[in-house]
Amino acid sequence: MFVNQFLFLAAVLFCIGVYGVVARKNAVLMLMSIEIILNSVNINLLTFALRNGSTDGHVFALYIIAVAAAEVGVGLGLVLLVYRNKKTISVDDLSEMRG
Amino acid sequence: MIAQNIGFWIIAIVMIVAALRVVTTNNVVHAALWLVVVLAGAAAQYILLAAEFVAVTQVLVYIGAVMVLFLFGTMLTRARIGSESDLNNTYKKLGVPVAGLMFAAMVVALSGSFGKEKLPDSPKVISTQEVSDQIFGQYLLPFWALSFVLLAAVVGAIVLARKD
Repeated sequence: MFVNQFLFLAAVLFCIGVYGVVARKNAVLMLMSIEIILNSVNINLLTFALRNGSTDGHVFALYIIAVAAAEVGVGLGLVLLVYRNKKTISVDDLSEMRG
Repeated sequence: MIAQNIGFWIIAIVMIVAALRVVTTNNVVHAALWLVVVLAGAAAQYILLAAEFVAVTQVLVYIGAVMVLFLFGTMLTRARIGSESDLNNTYKKLGVPVAGLMFAAMVVALSGSFGKEKLPDSPKVISTQEVSDQIFGQYLLPFWALSFVLLAAVVGAIVLARKD
């Protein structure tokens, strides 16, 4: 197995996630795209951990998983609050701060 | 090595197809279920990368907990389950050049950096004990910080989502 094949897989997933964040306007779907991005970063970290024979990458990957779980919890709490106040979760309709 | 390579390519293709479905499907519940495929494929790749504890954590946290959160979020914010037409931006075509340019930059950077370098042929599987020695040794302070982040996230989510 080459180092590059894992890195290219991670790059493809990262770009798909970026496309999702740009193209979607539903807040829940944007959060899902962010999860794809975070997972591609984890693949990169573990590839380099194996390449260098260290455990540091594993620790960072676990921390990313924990932070992602916290992010989803707070993010969906925010989405629920927005839905309760505006009856929509389309991020295009949240334009009060435009001035 | 051959078997691992075949496994890698099958899982990689399944992951890419599923990820494309997540960002293109018109049904929020289908997107969540395709996301399960992506996350399970990532867990399989972690096992190929000799990271068994991270793989198990991925299954428990992502497929177990995060996916339930997503499905609950979909359920609580949406009256009807089914395909919808207004999930995408009007300028979603702009996402293709953005992602394409990023991918091109990454391909240039990667192909110049690692070339034909191979991963070790019979990798040493990192045991849970080694990972925990690291977490509770060298990385103890970030671990504490992370505990506070999780606590703050739990309190914040409750404060945000409760009614009054």
